[in-house]
Amino acid sequence: MMEFNFKIESGDFTNAGSISSSVKRALKQLNVDGSVIKRTVVALYESEVNVVAHSHGGEVVVNIFDDCIKINITDSGPGIPDIEKAMTQGFSTASPEVREMGFGAGMGLPNIKNNTDDFDLKSEMGVGTVLKFVNYFKA
Amino acid sequence: MGTTYYHALTFRDDICIGCSHCMMVCPTEAIRVKDGKAQMMDDHCIDCGACYKVCPVGAIVVEQDDFSCIEKFEHKVALVPALFTGQFPNNITRDEILQSIYDIGFDDVYEIEYSVDFLSEQYLEYFKDEDHEKPFISTFCPAVIRLIQVKFPTLIHNLMRIKAPLDFTAMYAKKSLIDKGLDADSIGVFYISPCAAKFVAIKSPIGEEKSVIDGVLNMNFVFNKSFKAIKSGVSKDRDDFHKALSKNAINWSLTGGETNNFPNVRSLAIDGINNVVEFLELLEDDEIEGVEFLEMRACDEGCAGGILCPGNRFLTVEKLKNRADFCQKKIENTGKTPAKKLRSYDDYLIQNAGVGKINARSIVKLADEVAEAMSKMKRMFEINGALPQVDCGICGAPSCQSFAEDIVRNKADIVQCIFVQKILEQNEKIDSKKSVEVMKSIWGDKKLDKNSLREELKDII
Ligand SMILES: Nc1ncnc2c1ncn2[C@@H]1O[C@H](COP(=O)(O)OP(=O)(O)OP(=O)(O)O)[C@@H](O)[C@H]1O
Ligand code: SF4
Ligand SMILES: [Mg+2]
Repeated sequence: MMEFNFKIESGDFTNAGSISSSVKRALKQLNVDGSVIKRTVVALYESEVNVVAHSHGGEVVVNIFDDCIKINITDSGPGIPDIEKAMTQGFSTASPEVREMGFGAGMGLPNIKNNTDDFDLKSEMGVGTVLKFVNYFKA
Repeated sequence: MGTTYYHALTFRDDICIGCSHCMMVCPTEAIRVKDGKAQMMDDHCIDCGACYKVCPVGAIVVEQDDFSCIEKFEHKVALVPALFTGQFPNNITRDEILQSIYDIGFDDVYEIEYSVDFLSEQYLEYFKDEDHEKPFISTFCPAVIRLIQVKFPTLIHNLMRIKAPLDFTAMYAKKSLIDKGLDADSIGVFYISPCAAKFVAIKSPIGEEKSVIDGVLNMNFVFNKSFKAIKSGVSKDRDDFHKALSKNAINWSLTGGETNNFPNVRSLAIDGINNVVEFLELLEDDEIEGVEFLEMRACDEGCAGGILCPGNRFLTVEKLKNRADFCQKKIENTGKTPAKKLRSYDDYLIQNAGVGKINARSIVKLADEVAEAMSKMKRMFEINGALPQVDCGICGAPSCQSFAEDIVRNKADIVQCIFVQKILEQNEKIDSKKSVEVMKSIWGDKKLDKNSLREELKDII
């Protein structure tokens, strides 16, 4: 098992994607199947952007095992009031500034779910949001 | 495993001075210095020619076929890139340049881009097919194909599986001669190449059994022959106007030459191998949205910057653009369709347009199995974390990171790092004799010969 830890700053759009890029590099070196790498990169990238765009900041813990990758993304609030709604395609509360940067189509969370094998999203208002997902290396 | 890869670039040990310039610029980190000489890692090299451009002593050579090999064929066809005409001084005309190719021994001459108008239609058909993965990456530049094979295996399905103008023009040239009654075996088709990558693509094609091209000649070599022929006066009686090219065809090999054909498709043209690498990383990171087509070329300014082009790339581009505009006007004035003869072979060419499966062959993976790769990776991180991150190259590898990787691949020894040596010497784990020995194994005996160095230093001290 290998563990990687990263921090995400709120509002730091220029660095969004750097975590998924590092994880991608590691998965390539581990000779993980290309389609699994792609799915993981998409899911992680969208998760990173969500923490940057919608939260006060957070951290990412990546655990790579022989047969799967487990990723936990935790932020320190404000939390998601209605998860079911947030998971709907096209639902977004993104600010005009965020939309200006090309985000805010409301596709992120549905996309993350589509690109992961196990998906778990929990949130508590005023505390924060925890997103956990797993991708298996072999089908 | 055990596979050998064909390359057009070779290092001449008798000329190499072991300066490591090539090692530092190689985009796939394919070069190491050992025994005082640059050494190529066969599976890493993509024949982009970055090393060739920086070698200060000309120790890197590009293979080509012997010119006499054209004599094996009764009917000799030369395929010349349009940018060949951009290598000569302004006062020499396109007609004279192409005529000189006949004069040096060929029976037929085509510019490669003769098939471009056909091909750009095929691209559009290819774009329409829902089965093809977006963004489509052009397979025109063979160095880019190989780069993706070795370094970006997740993007392998984005490579367009369609042949290049060279292949179509060659197929047409051969078939049309056969239809005129010539024996297939009597026709030899020769390519005049601006680069090493094209040579490899022909000698060791990807996704194809065998190329239709019978031989490859280097452009700088043919340039000298042609120039000489022009100087001594070419015979000017040939009318090859039916082989005129459209504007888009003439510009095809330059940067933007492909994307310009598709104003309604969101496309980007990226030239220069490091720019290509940077963009492919972003693409792999899923940070690129909505781009449909990517033209990618290893060389700055596209093939005008090919390592075998004798002319300056910026001047070549200027000349070709001028020629393209001039030709376009001429075509408009005469109302003739360029490359009309080839278009009667559309069906034949379409049947043979596809390329087989392109396989990834990762040089990035540390082992085949995840578990084994992971234990190597842990060690690699530990080693790299301890290294000074100076990327000085004294260890014989291009960076601390690649050196750490070499160690876990059992291709290098930690004591090759000059900083490690100093620390081990201080701690009396090795003596200076041992450290000189290690340095000699990397940089050769000559650079560390104590007598000759003392000679050198005498006057200075
Ligand atoms: N970490 C988070 N903290 C608080 N709210 C969040 C968080 N992640 C998502 N949300 C909420 O869920 C909504 C939907 O998220 P989703 O990622 O699907 O779309 P988006 O981020 O708005 O747009 P897109 O991802 O397409 O750029 C967001 O607009 C936001 O209101
Ligand atoms: S850009 Fe053109 S000249 Fe350069 S390597 Fe690619 S095909 Fe060859
Ligand atoms: Mg989002």
